[in-house]
Amino acid sequence: MAWSFTSDAPIYAQAARVIKLRILKGDYPPGGTVPSVRDLAQEAAVNPNTMQRALSLLESEGLLTTQRTAGRRVTEEQERITHLRREMAETVIEECRSRLTELGYTAEDIRRIWKEEFQ
Amino acid sequence: MSEQNTAPVLEIQGLTKRYGIKPVLKGIDLTLSGGKIVGLLGPNGVGKTTLIKIISGLLTPSEGSVTVAGRPIGAESKALVSYLPERTYLADWMRVGDAVELFADFYADFDPNRAMEMLERLHVNPEERFKTLSKGTREKVQLVLVMSRKALLYVLDEPIGGVDPAARDYILSTILTNYNENGTILISTHLISDVESVLDEVVFLKDGQIFLHDTVDHIREEQGKSVDGLFREVFQC
Repeated sequence: MAWSFTSDAPIYAQAARVIKLRILKGDYPPGGTVPSVRDLAQEAAVNPNTMQRALSLLESEGLLTTQRTAGRRVTEEQERITHLRREMAETVIEECRSRLTELGYTAEDIRRIWKEEFQ
Repeated sequence: MSEQNTAPVLEIQGLTKRYGIKPVLKGIDLTLSGGKIVGLLGPNGVGKTTLIKIISGLLTPSEGSVTVAGRPIGAESKALVSYLPERTYLADWMRVGDAVELFADFYADFDPNRAMEMLERLHVNPEERFKTLSKGTREKVQLVLVMSRKALLYVLDEPIGGVDPAARDYILSTILTNYNENGTILISTHLISDVESVLDEVVFLKDGQIFLHDTVDHIREEQGKSVDGLFREVFQC
């Protein structure tokens, strides 16, 4: 099943996000290998150059490392993964907050709704 | 890429093509480098097929020059270019296996084993005659033949035009799997949203000229919209 992409952002950035989620979630565990560019490109139904760029982006964020011979691995720094996971959680919550604000809810309302929903 | 190390895969300079007095292509300059999948986009009748036929050596330019890896269009360039026409040209009475043999005879870079393997995955029996194949299957077989060459430049004229979405997925994945690191693929289509994610670059043809040549990601970054969205805007009727 090809990955689905929205039309408002570069494809490589969206592909990078999918892989990032897999790492943060633990589908690709710390220190483990990630599939090859070709395999990931095939799975996502994107151009291999695009997938290459997505992986480079994650390398520059320190989530992936490249060994000369052994291909790409997930970083072994659990701390880094925990940190980025938390960062992503905050982004999601911020998005949620701003959309509720758009709906006219006050901070107080949001706290109340949040509590009710997670009872 | 030892031999043709520096020359771009495709270089077009000042290309004009007239049918009688009617100009179709008006002074096109285009350079494509290796290892790219490029979409050739434009509305019907803009000259996509004309351009592809010139690259494949089936039509001659009225003016300008076209080279493939530095070689002018001719026998030498044809050995490097694998062309998928818009319409099938394989005779009805032929068996699929005959077509594989035909390609093996014609093209030194054709890999019959690879073709057979891909046909098997498609569940196409080489003993079958083209007459008995559905339109979609025929198109897939033809694509298999074209992609089984180890060409430098693949030019595919509307490879996903007449087939259902599942066949479309098969065709795009065939293109992606057989993507050769040094080879470049030029795909003409107007079904942009279907191919957008497999493309590196797009070339928009408009009024016989190149309106835009850019990478898909750059367009999305700059414009904040997909290539499909941009196309609809540019070619709004």
